[in-house]
Amino acid sequence: MTAAIPTPALQDELATVTPATITGRTRKRLTSRWASLVALIIAVLWTLPTFGLLLTSFRPERDIRTSGWWNWFGDPQLTLANYDEVLYGGSSLSTYFINSLVITVPSVIIPVSIACLAAYAFAWMRFPFRDTLFVAVFALQIVPLQVALIPLLRIYVDTGVNGTFWPLWISHTIFALPLAIFLLHNFFKEVPGELMEAARVDGAGHVTIFLRVMLPLVTPAIAAFAIFQFLWVWNDLLVAITMATGAQDVQPLTARLAELVGSRGSTWHLLSAGAFVSIVIPVIVFLLLQRYFVRGLLAGSVKG
Amino acid sequence: MDTFEKFGQMALAVALFVGVMGAILLLVGRARRRADLWQSLAFVLPALLLLGVGLIYPAVRTIYQSFFDRTSDEFVGVDNFTEIFTNSDMLIVLRNTAIWVILTPLLATFIGLVYAVLVDRSRVEAAAKAVIFMPMAISLVGASIIWRYVYEYRPDQQNIEQVGLLNQVLVWLGMEPRHFLVDTPWNTLFLIVIMVWVQAGFAMTVLSAAIKAIPSDITEAAQLDGLTGVRMFRYITVPSIRPALVVVLTTISIGTLKVFDIVRTLTGGNFDTSVIANEFYTQGFSLGDTGLASALAVMLFVLVIPIVAYNVRQLRKAELR
Repeated sequence: MTAAIPTPALQDELATVTPATITGRTRKRLTSRWASLVALIIAVLWTLPTFGLLLTSFRPERDIRTSGWWNWFGDPQLTLANYDEVLYGGSSLSTYFINSLVITVPSVIIPVSIACLAAYAFAWMRFPFRDTLFVAVFALQIVPLQVALIPLLRIYVDTGVNGTFWPLWISHTIFALPLAIFLLHNFFKEVPGELMEAARVDGAGHVTIFLRVMLPLVTPAIAAFAIFQFLWVWNDLLVAITMATGAQDVQPLTARLAELVGSRGSTWHLLSAGAFVSIVIPVIVFLLLQRYFVRGLLAGSVKG
Repeated sequence: MDTFEKFGQMALAVALFVGVMGAILLLVGRARRRADLWQSLAFVLPALLLLGVGLIYPAVRTIYQSFFDRTSDEFVGVDNFTEIFTNSDMLIVLRNTAIWVILTPLLATFIGLVYAVLVDRSRVEAAAKAVIFMPMAISLVGASIIWRYVYEYRPDQQNIEQVGLLNQVLVWLGMEPRHFLVDTPWNTLFLIVIMVWVQAGFAMTVLSAAIKAIPSDITEAAQLDGLTGVRMFRYITVPSIRPALVVVLTTISIGTLKVFDIVRTLTGGNFDTSVIANEFYTQGFSLGDTGLASALAVMLFVLVIPIVAYNVRQLRKAELR
């Protein structure tokens, strides 16, 4: 994804982007019949492909190969066989699912922690070249990942960590930092200075202030970024296929699925169930944490 | 590696990280108040080191390598760039990239805007928005697979039914089924549709927030003047949310420029569908031409800069108002 930092004004607007903001206002009907029709058509076009995949994933293998999902309504047969094979079978995708999890968890925890420290320092500590360094970190957001990949892989090969999870963890950490530091800095900066002073007077050092005063106050912002980073890593393909060179041992679900799409033949019926398994996690996150998600996604639509 | 071992590695990595961070914080916490510089260094150095080694050094190295041959052994001047602008396959890549970067933001923004206006303040607003927004949570690989089932082609013969929805619609309408992802040049458009499908939700969300921020006295005055429907949209809504429109357009175009997942997953760049980001992967990782791949990466970098610069200027203007 990509780069534009919402202005404070825009961020305020974005903060109100929750489905419940319009309660209290009078709700009118869609302006006219035509307007409703257009909206309905768009909504159907946006859901039908996903619905088709969902239905396909529950159809028997033979049906998937020989007819479209809409035929299900004439011959309603459902089976869990595809999911069974995807999760437990010989051509199992479960190992890739686990790889995705193993890749994602540290790739969220590590950059978020490092970025918190740096963001705090840029916001509240004094050291030489602080502002210059901060602008530099900010500017790094526009560097496309592609520019870093080949030499980075070279480093991993030279240091012998290639083929393990480390290249993925480290790469995701590095690529997350510019945006994470910038966003969290803005939130740290918003904490009133009097709180800092009060803690100082009480004899607290930076570490105490950081851990006891700051972190609890910016937890919502950290959560928003963590969710965004989680989705970014889980859905990533570029870092996955360039850095996960240990194939089955470390390759995440997205990379495996992308391979399966190319090799049509025997796995065509598994593709639908496999895709759904990979989609389910981010969609659950989306449904449960919609408020955070919207903010995180909008703020981070800049990354890449 | 079995599952247990993988989770073990993960736990180890996290524990190692937490241990190192904890040790740093503990040491810094013990330091006397005077040692301010050391404290600051402990806070920023992990991030700065990672960025230096993992982003700045590689970027400089890539720029350097773009002037060397495929194995980075021999200096070749601007040959790699000359090839990008003269080789007929590369020109198709550039053309496709241009089509992607122009069409995707325009279509996604237009659809997102129209939809945001249509469902604004309707009774089903929340649900209606979630429907369009949902694709943003799905990976581009997942989206590509979803659309693979829409575009699937089966030969037009007796006893063979279409499996792809779009081809079935063509058959119902009495037309011949088509190879949507193979027939050039239209296949690029069908790939772009997927990106539009994903990005419209982003456009809709930002623009919807902007629309709600339009002061109600403006809309009410316009209504008193008899402005309704399309004219209201054209003369009041669109001009009022111009800054948000610019942000959405530029954000989507930068994202589109760098995205390669859809092309990679569905055509692998075959059938004249490749774009710069995909060609970078093909050249650098499938064909092992480090020089050309580096040059393509540098191209991406160079193309992003003007869009970002424009975006920043617009944001400044918006802030000054």
